[in-house]
Amino acid sequence: MDTLLEIEDLTVRFDTDEGTLTAVEGVSLSIGKGETLGLVGESGCGKSVTAMSILRLIPSPPGRIESGRIHFHDRDMLTIPDQDLREIRGKSISIIFQEPMTALSPLKRVGHQLIEAIQLHEDVPKSDAARRAVEWLGKVGIPDPAQRMQSYPFQLSGGMRQRVMIAMALMLEPELIIADEPTTALDVTVQAQVLELIKAMKRDETSLLLITHDMGVIWEMCERVTVMYASQVVETAALRDLFARPRHPYTEALIRSIPKLTGARGELETIDGQVPSPLAYPGGCRFRDRCCKAFERCELEMPPLYEADRVAARCFLSDPNQSVPPI
Amino acid sequence: MSNAVATSPALLKITDLKTWFPIRRGVFSRTVAHVRAVDGVSLEIREGETLGLVGESGCGKTTLARSILGLDPIQSGSIAFEGQALHTMRSEDLRRMRRDLQVIFQDPFSSLNPRMTVIDIITEALIVHGLIGNADRETAAIELLNDVGLGHDSLHRYPHEFSGGQRQRIGVARAIALKPKLILCDEAVSALDVSVQAQVVNLLMDLREKYNLAYLFISHDLSVVRHVCDRIAVMYLGELVEIGPAEAIISAPRHPYTRALVSAIPQVGVEGKGRIVLTGDVPSPASPPPGCRFHTRCAHALDACRQSEQALKDVARAHQVACMRVDEL
Ligand SMILES: Nc1ncnc2c1ncn2[C@@H]1O[C@H](COP(=O)(O)OP(=O)(O)OP(=O)(O)O)[C@@H](O)[C@H]1O
Ligand SMILES: [Mg+2]
Repeated sequence: MDTLLEIEDLTVRFDTDEGTLTAVEGVSLSIGKGETLGLVGESGCGKSVTAMSILRLIPSPPGRIESGRIHFHDRDMLTIPDQDLREIRGKSISIIFQEPMTALSPLKRVGHQLIEAIQLHEDVPKSDAARRAVEWLGKVGIPDPAQRMQSYPFQLSGGMRQRVMIAMALMLEPELIIADEPTTALDVTVQAQVLELIKAMKRDETSLLLITHDMGVIWEMCERVTVMYASQVVETAALRDLFARPRHPYTEALIRSIPKLTGARGELETIDGQVPSPLAYPGGCRFRDRCCKAFERCELEMPPLYEADRVAARCFLSDPNQSVPPI
Repeated sequence: MSNAVATSPALLKITDLKTWFPIRRGVFSRTVAHVRAVDGVSLEIREGETLGLVGESGCGKTTLARSILGLDPIQSGSIAFEGQALHTMRSEDLRRMRRDLQVIFQDPFSSLNPRMTVIDIITEALIVHGLIGNADRETAAIELLNDVGLGHDSLHRYPHEFSGGQRQRIGVARAIALKPKLILCDEAVSALDVSVQAQVVNLLMDLREKYNLAYLFISHDLSVVRHVCDRIAVMYLGELVEIGPAEAIISAPRHPYTRALVSAIPQVGVEGKGRIVLTGDVPSPASPPPGCRFHTRCAHALDACRQSEQALKDVARAHQVACMRVDEL
């Protein structure tokens, strides 16, 4: 598979009142052409910061991208001129946010915003842009699309606004769509509608980076999955492989602690302890205090990301040279 | 356990409860309509029982809880605690009931006073109710912290020094301090990450065993509700559409709305193919559709569904559904 986007060794920190906060550290991941990659992990683990870095959307100050390369085709997104970045933004790469109100202007009619987005990137007359906008509102399942063009975002329900966002993200037929928790704020029945829609609208050659903390959503939408924990990538694997044979103990524990709709009720499996603070990560493996498989080396050294064949795990158990068989 | 539960008396009994909010317009603030947040709900919770209340945002779950707590004025119907209706209670009865009825909210960040230390937060009610003196404060607090799995080094710290899961534990300690009989949990674990959520869910279940607590467990997350609850009530636009044993509601739901709700949940290992995808949005509770309120989104609706309102009817032991086509579907 041809790689469309490749993030290598990305580190992002924020200067806060309490000190330097490590949001993302040494993150590497890649997305193939036409592929859907899921990025999963618990709150604060660095998913959104990773995604925002792709389009250089990290507010600075307080944030700074300390190191790394982000290749989109053969260009490094972190060093290209602002002008080129603006062209890519919206046209080649578009973003769907969790809360559509952050991306839609509250003061402008929906139609106006769609037309504006088209004309920003394509030299077409307004009437053509308007026709295309109406067509897309219809495609994403908005009733009476021509009339809805006149609505302001606040006049639409949450599900409708998310549909408008999706129309906006898809109508320029981008190569990569970044969807950051696109359904988290929605009710499950509306989430089901929106997920169906994203699946149906996405062209085969479009790549999707889908960020979520919901393993069920990952299962339904993705081909490959990258799991983050405490600002780092801890595992990347093909979807079924990840659930059948998790390589990292965190992935394994996470999968087991999800409450399920079938099987035994009552007590849930838990991961004891809590995530270390991003203001002061301990040395060694960041999961070791909560890991039932930890051994001495986990405390002494930080495990690297062992990579082979588009599969990766940041755990000494995946080290081909780990000789002492851990308990 | 379920046998004991079935024969124990009702701790909380809600009968045909309506809680409406006026919509006012114009210079004279005339009431032009009502938002019918809770519109004719009846249910019971027995001693030691956990009843789940599920439904989508805006369906009236929180208003129901607030009505029970006396925070939202009710339009009609009644709420009785241990056989006595709230509106007939005299002040000492109300005071006693407030000890027996506690609440845990969703947001562990705003439900704790940021200027109080943990010891003050969790023992405040004990002092107010005159159950302990100042001298016993520390002993009582340590015992409570122990119950919720926090160390005594937490005593003199402030809420902002704790993680979300730990703050929710502090909220739980505060709720159990008076050894209540019923705790209303309104999305109590919804803001937490899965691994932490599992810890707090287990804690709530352990405490239930230890103190014979009953819970009204409000959540939009059916998978969590299934793990915790004995029975589940499903709410849509201010009304209950189905109520029954937890396992039956999840594995063999009968109301078309419950079916759609359960099938909408993405689950690892399950293909989304057989999913019932509802069309349209939830109608406004200010002008609910006539007849069965779900008919505008129901694939099985007939003309008759648009005309006659549906009451809950028995479909099995302790299982009721409000749908006129329940036998055919
Ligand atoms: N503008 C900012 N200033 C300071 N810290 C920030 C800022 N933005 C993010 N962070 C911190 O960076 C870390 C990673 O945050 P990020 O938003 O990427 O997490 P996430 O994985 O997207 O979490 P969630 O699931 O809650 O969305 C967190 O510790 C967060 O508090
Ligand atoms: Mg995020």
